[in-house]
Amino acid sequence: MARNLGFLVLALLVLASSCESTIFNPVSESHRSAALELFTPTDGSFGSLEETYEALKTFEVLGIEKKPDIRTSACASVVDTLLSTSTAVKDLFHALRVNGMLKCELNDEAFAGIESRLKDSLNNANSLLDFYYSIGGLVLIKDQTSAVDVLLTDADKIFRSIKALSQSDGRWRLNSNNPESSNDAAGKALEALAGVISLASSEIDQSLIATLKNDIAKLFDGVARYDDGTCYFDEKLVDARGHQGPLSASTSVVRGITAFAEVTTESLNLPGEKILGLAKFFLGIGIPGSAKDMYYQIDALACLENIRQVFTLGSIPLILSLPATVLSVTKKDQLKVRVSTVLGSSAPPLTVKLMQTFISGSKDASIIDQKLNFDPDNAVHVLETLPTNVDVGNYIFSFEIVFDDPEQKKNYATGGRTKVPIHVTGAITIDSAEISILDSDIGSPETQKKLDLPGENAVALSANHLQKLKLSFRLTTPSGHAFKPHQDFLGLVEKFYYLSGKYDIQLTVGDSVMENSFLQPLGHIELDLPDAPEKAARPPPQPVDPYSRYGPKAEITHIFRSPEKRPPRELSLAFLGLVFLPLFGFLAGLFYLRANLKNLPKSTVPATFAILFHLGIAAVLALYALFWFKLVHLTSNLYFLLAVGSIHNIEGTWLIGNVLDVCRAKDTIPSCIHIGQVEICVISIPISRVSSR
Amino acid sequence: MGRSTTTTTTKDAQALFHSLRTAYVATPTNLKIIDLYIVFAIVTALIQGVYMALVGSFPFNSFLSGVLSCVGTAVLAVCLRIQVNKENKEFKDLPPERAFADFVLCNLVLHLVIMNFLG
Repeated sequence: MARNLGFLVLALLVLASSCESTIFNPVSESHRSAALELFTPTDGSFGSLEETYEALKTFEVLGIEKKPDIRTSACASVVDTLLSTSTAVKDLFHALRVNGMLKCELNDEAFAGIESRLKDSLNNANSLLDFYYSIGGLVLIKDQTSAVDVLLTDADKIFRSIKALSQSDGRWRLNSNNPESSNDAAGKALEALAGVISLASSEIDQSLIATLKNDIAKLFDGVARYDDGTCYFDEKLVDARGHQGPLSASTSVVRGITAFAEVTTESLNLPGEKILGLAKFFLGIGIPGSAKDMYYQIDALACLENIRQVFTLGSIPLILSLPATVLSVTKKDQLKVRVSTVLGSSAPPLTVKLMQTFISGSKDASIIDQKLNFDPDNAVHVLETLPTNVDVGNYIFSFEIVFDDPEQKKNYATGGRTKVPIHVTGAITIDSAEISILDSDIGSPETQKKLDLPGENAVALSANHLQKLKLSFRLTTPSGHAFKPHQDFLGLVEKFYYLSGKYDIQLTVGDSVMENSFLQPLGHIELDLPDAPEKAARPPPQPVDPYSRYGPKAEITHIFRSPEKRPPRELSLAFLGLVFLPLFGFLAGLFYLRANLKNLPKSTVPATFAILFHLGIAAVLALYALFWFKLVHLTSNLYFLLAVGSIHNIEGTWLIGNVLDVCRAKDTIPSCIHIGQVEICVISIPISRVSSR
Repeated sequence: MGRSTTTTTTKDAQALFHSLRTAYVATPTNLKIIDLYIVFAIVTALIQGVYMALVGSFPFNSFLSGVLSCVGTAVLAVCLRIQVNKENKEFKDLPPERAFADFVLCNLVLHLVIMNFLG
C-alpha cells in the first residue's frame, strides 16, 4: 500500500440529501492513528479471537508496521481453541483466521483433527451460518497447510442446499425456518458458495454458477443510494448483537462478491458507478468511532482496491479530493486537487480539468474548461490562478478526470464530473465612509464628517429627536464588484427609554468571505431627547451593586425613652430640709429627758478605748460614705470593711468593763447607760462583770 | 342613749389616756430615749412617704431604701427596747450592753445594704 505523503484534511460527510457536492477523502494518516487508538490490546490481547483477527487485518491493510505485539497470547489462545474438542465451529473458524495471519505452531495432526470436525459439522449443517463457518474453516485450512485433504466430494449437494436459502430479490435467508432475508446473509452466502466452488473436488455445474451471477445482479439492483452518488446495502433487521446495519451489510456483500469473483473465470458485469458509489459510502464515514466499524470500513475498502485483480472488467474507484476548500483571493491561494485510490495509492497518469463554476444557490454556471498542472513531487494537481470571474463568495467547482491513456477508462471508475464546494474569501476595501446628521429625510445635512474605516475614528456629534442620523460607506471586493455584507450593525441602542445623554457609536461589518471584518468605535453622539411620556417603557432597573450590602447603611434615628418627669428642684430641697426636722426633734427630746451626756471616762486607758470605739464607728460610716460616692468599690473593699469592724470589736471589749466600773462607782444606775458609751461586743463579755445587772 | 354612750366613751378614752400618761412617766429614762428614737425614725419614714406621694415613685429603689432604712432601724430599736427592759423576764440574763452592741452592729449592716440599694 503506498502511503500518503501529506496530511489530508478530513472531510465530513454531508448527509443532507439536498447537497449534491461532497468531498470524500481517501484513507490517510488519520485512519492509521485512529486504528492504533481503537485497537489497543488489554492485558496483551485484543479480547476474543474474532476481535484479534479484526485488529490484525486492519493493521495489515493500513500498512501499520508498529503494531502491538500480541503474538504469544494470541497464538496460545489459537492453539487452545483449535486443539480443544469442545469448541464450536464458529470459534474454530475465527481461530483459523487468526492462525492464517500469525502462523502459529500447529502440526498436521491438529489440522487433520480440525478438518474432520469441520466436515462433520458441514454434513450436519442446516443454517447458513453453519455452512459459512464450516466452509470458511476448510478454505483456511487449505491455505495454511497442504498436508490435509479438504476437498469436498459432494460439493454440488452443498451448493444447492445453500442456494435453496436464496430469495428472488437476490437476498438470502439465514435458515429455512426464518422468512426474513438480509443483505448481510447474502454476502455470507456468496462467500460460502465461493468456498464451495474452490473446494470442489470435481467441477460444479456451470448452470449453478450462472444462476448465482443472476443473483448478484439482482442484489445490486436493490442497492440504496444517496443523492451524491453514494451507494450502500441497507439492512432492515438488526440482530441481538447490534452490529448489523448498512455498514456491515455492505461490507459483507463486497466481501462476498470479491470472494466469488476470485473463483470464477467469468466476468461479473457490475456497473462502475455502483462500485464507485460503494467506495464513496465507505469513505464517507470518515474515521469510524468503534473498532468494529473501522474493521468493516477498511476490509471493504481493501476489497474494492483490489477489485482490479479479481474482476476482469471491474473498475477501481478513483477519489478526487481537495486538501483545502477555503481559498483566499487576496492571498492568491492556489487550488490543489489530489486523485488517488480509496486506500490512498497513486492513480495512473491523468489530467484534472476544471470544467465549470457555479455560484452556490444559483443555476448560472460559467464554463471554464481549464487544465490543472500536475506537480509530481506532491502528487497534486494545481491551478495556479483562479478563474478571473471568481470573486469572493461560495462556489461549486466541477472537475473532470481525463486519463492520459484512454484505455484506462475501462479499468477505473471516476464518476464523471465531481462537484466540490469552494469557499472563496478576500479582503474587502471600504471607502467613501461618512456620517452625518440631517434635519429631515431629505434635508440638508447639519453636520457631516468623513470617516476613515477601518481605522480609528472619534467623532463628536449632537442631535435631538427631530433629526436623523445617516451613515454611509461603500464596500468593494478584490475584483472591484460591489459587496453587500451579510451583517452590518450600527451599534446604537434602538430603544433609548427617552434618556438623554452621550452615547457611543460602534460600527461592525462582517461576513464569512470577508477576511478583514471589523468592529470599530466611531465616536459619540449627544442626544437630546424629550421627557418620556407616561406610557413609555421605563429603563430596566440598574443592577444592584452586590457589594453595597457591606457599605454603610442608612442612619437610624433612635427614639429614646422620654426621661422621667422629675420633681421641681425647690420641692426636693424643701423636703430635704423637712427630713432633718425629726433629727432635731430627737436631739431636743434627749435634752428634755435630761439624758446623761457626760459620762466620758477620764482616765487614760478607758479614754483611749472610748475614742477608739467612736473612731471605729466613724471609720465604718466613712467607708460607707466612700462607697456611696463611688470613690471606693464595694466588692473589692469588703474585706477592708470586715477588718476595720473586727479590730473595732476586739478593742471594744475593753471599754465596756471600764464604763461599767465608772458607772458603778458613780452609782447613777439609770442614767449610766448611754448610747455613745456602749461597746459593740462580738466576743461575749465575762459573766462576772454583768451579773450585777 | 347615744349621747350618754358617747359621753361614756369619751370619758373612758380620757381615763385611758390619763392612765397611760401616768404609767409612761414611770418608765426608766433609757427606755424613753429608745422610744424617742423610734418616733424619730418613723416620722422620717412618713415624711419620705409623703414626698413620694407628691413626686411619684421614680426612682423606686431610692424610695424603698430610704423608707426601709428608717423602718429597719426602728425595728432594731424596738428589739433593743425589748431586750433592755428590766421587767421583761425573758431577757433577764442578757446584758444591756450586749443588746446595744447587737443594735449597733445590725444597724451598720442594715445601712451597708441600704447604702448600696440607694442607687
